[in-house]
Amino acid sequence: METIVKDMQGIPLNHYLLLSSVIFSIGVIGVLTRRNVIIIMMSIELMLNAVNLLLAAFSVYHGDASGQVFVFFVMALAAAEVAVGLAIIVMVYRNTRSIDINSLNKLKW
Amino acid sequence: MSLFYFVAFLSIFFSLMVIITKNPVHSVLYLVITFFTFTVHYVLLNAQFLAVVNFIVYMGAIMVLFLFVLMLLNLNKETEPMKSVLIKVIGAVAGMCLLVTVAGSIRAMEVSDPLILKNPDIGLVSSLGKVLFNEFLLPFEISSLLLLTAMVGAVLLAKKEQKSI
Repeated sequence: METIVKDMQGIPLNHYLLLSSVIFSIGVIGVLTRRNVIIIMMSIELMLNAVNLLLAAFSVYHGDASGQVFVFFVMALAAAEVAVGLAIIVMVYRNTRSIDINSLNKLKW
Repeated sequence: MSLFYFVAFLSIFFSLMVIITKNPVHSVLYLVITFFTFTVHYVLLNAQFLAVVNFIVYMGAIMVLFLFVLMLLNLNKETEPMKSVLIKVIGAVAGMCLLVTVAGSIRAMEVSDPLILKNPDIGLVSSLGKVLFNEFLLPFEISSLLLLTAMVGAVLLAKKEQKSI
């Protein structure tokens, strides 16, 4: 463990920022280009995880534990969101027999 | 040091595979691998508590939930709805625009200081627990309420409606 942590010394913070923004953008592209509701929710999970990683990196960078506590809360929120979202998807599938997001356009103007 | 770049490449590659593959089950499996690379990132940051929680909650609980819903709905490659090529190109271009904007603003900020572990034991369970139960006690209790509400809501939503009411 010590050698691994020693290895970490010297990664610029910029690279963490860049990695997180790339993964966040991949999540956004997933939301924009897919029509399967479940894959859209998975892309949202990707975005949440990118932000989590960045929060942890900043927390280590500043030597402050609050960032990691915040990541913990984001994980609890993601778990709640996934449970309710998947329940809604199951209900929608039971009514419309499809998980296409275009079958939910009744509220569209 | 090069370990970080290798794992970063893996996480970008597998997250791309999540949104590229047609089969939803493969997509979920690639997402599991992506979350595993995130766990490796947390270990590299010496955030051991977060690594364990990420491993158990994300890879264990959330991904099993996704897989079970996919199995219950009996989804596969044939039932997968696809958008037209034009929409895909527009979506990819919009996402790339977001990436360029964010990366450009990061470059303008110029924070290129190396990441140095000032306090090596902030990611350990004991120190995080002290912070969590002193400063963040109220949010912790509220998050327990949130989880309870989410559980009740999920059960209510997923239950079959009774016709006779």
